[in-house]
Amino acid sequence: MADVLDRSDTRLDASTAARTRLKVIDCDIHPSLAARSDLYPFMSKRWQAHMETYGPHLRTPFTSTTPYPRSAPLLSRRDSWPPTGGPPGSDVAFMREQHLDPLDIEFGILQVLDLLIPSQQNQELGAALQTAINEWQVECWSRPEPRLKASVVVSQDNAEAAIAEIERCAATGNYVQINISPRANEPLGRRRYWPIYEAAQASGLPMGIHVGGYGGHAPTGSGWPSYYNEEHHSNAHSVAAQLTSLVIEGVPERFPKLKFVFIEGGFGWVPATTWRMDKHWQRFRDEVPHVKRPPSEYVREHFWFTTQPIEEPDNARHLRAVIDWIGADRLLFSSDYPHWDFDDPRFAFKTPLSDTERAMIFNGNARAFYKFG
Amino acid sequence: MARHVVARTSEIPAGGNKVVTVGGREIVVFHINGEFFALLNRCPHEGAPLAKAACVALLQSDEPGHYKRSRVGELLRCAWHGWEFDVRTGQSYFDPERTRVRAYPVAVEPGETLAKGPYVAETFPVSVEESYVLIEV
Repeated sequence: MADVLDRSDTRLDASTAARTRLKVIDCDIHPSLAARSDLYPFMSKRWQAHMETYGPHLRTPFTSTTPYPRSAPLLSRRDSWPPTGGPPGSDVAFMREQHLDPLDIEFGILQVLDLLIPSQQNQELGAALQTAINEWQVECWSRPEPRLKASVVVSQDNAEAAIAEIERCAATGNYVQINISPRANEPLGRRRYWPIYEAAQASGLPMGIHVGGYGGHAPTGSGWPSYYNEEHHSNAHSVAAQLTSLVIEGVPERFPKLKFVFIEGGFGWVPATTWRMDKHWQRFRDEVPHVKRPPSEYVREHFWFTTQPIEEPDNARHLRAVIDWIGADRLLFSSDYPHWDFDDPRFAFKTPLSDTERAMIFNGNARAFYKFG
Repeated sequence: MARHVVARTSEIPAGGNKVVTVGGREIVVFHINGEFFALLNRCPHEGAPLAKAACVALLQSDEPGHYKRSRVGELLRCAWHGWEFDVRTGQSYFDPERTRVRAYPVAVEPGETLAKGPYVAETFPVSVEESYVLIEV
């Protein structure tokens, strides 16, 4: 901490930075709708009328906020509200000025959380919304700002519509991954989701699983917690449960070319989870004979993890060991801009990294994962 | 250490702040409950500008179910990750020994005094009718 405190001049000199700093690939940027009607140009009159008359809904209460109100308005950095008046993340020019340019972002991966489309309960509406949000990402974000790469958001409980959307989007070449929610109606390894994985593998696009969404279950295995403080932990343990489900149900065995990235679920838990999976597999292997190899091998081959919110042990060097256990090649830098728990690529990593490792985590790993040239 | 005139008291409304650059450092001057405070405009965690922090109260609890609310407006809650700092000292609430923001001494002086010196501001026009915020850097 002291070395950070003692910096007397911390202002970023943009021109120097452009010459000397590593360009960053940011794997978690949240664009926002300024209003739901922003989607109407990409929706039929029938579904526009439905949005006006009924609106979207999930399996949990509330349509315009979450069951656990966040610590900051619209869960965003207080300095991220655009001067043009919309919500944080709704103004591409301001995103460029506040985030992409000063932090030298070479590419940013769009992760849309608006309307929590993967979890929409009305599946026909979900199908209409997924197409609209995917078109909106390209027209309103990737076209004006080509550094921003769109994701295929799919309504995951409607496999037929999800597959059609994956095929439609993949054919355009405008998308870099497929988004589903880890807060699903059933564990993600279950057979009901396999058609989506099959289409994903055929498309050549990886699966990006960003925390959040509401599948209707309590966010923890012990029920509904009292505080946001507690609920926020579910980002990590719900993703850990999905990693276990995918591996033990045999998804990587069945879809050997499919890649997954867990986004915003942290990574400190990954070593302990894989050690435990291996231990159980050694003992109960014949319960799951379709899992042919130690689970850790599937994890090492098929799964990546974004870095934000960065783990912050009291002794920053302890993070070093965690990175070694997971592999520096499995971590993709992410900022979560403009959300309140944003990580700044200049300051987030307080543990020592070699230049090679920095280049991997901040750029090279994502470049390979998303097949940027 | 030198004293610098950085603002007229009237230009920072209660609950507001002004960012100034002194000696190459960006410093934020807060006006809270009639007092002025100056800190480095940078959270020691990941560098967020403290000018965007929320000015909140100190909320403490001796036991679950009881709470005490005090020092309204005197805790800065960082705009990014919510780290709290005492606006009087720059100390963080969760780790006061190790994690702090540099705080600078602040004084309010009438323009009449300043006009006589020795703290005449070279870059800041001083009028005898106003009062001014000075920080020591």
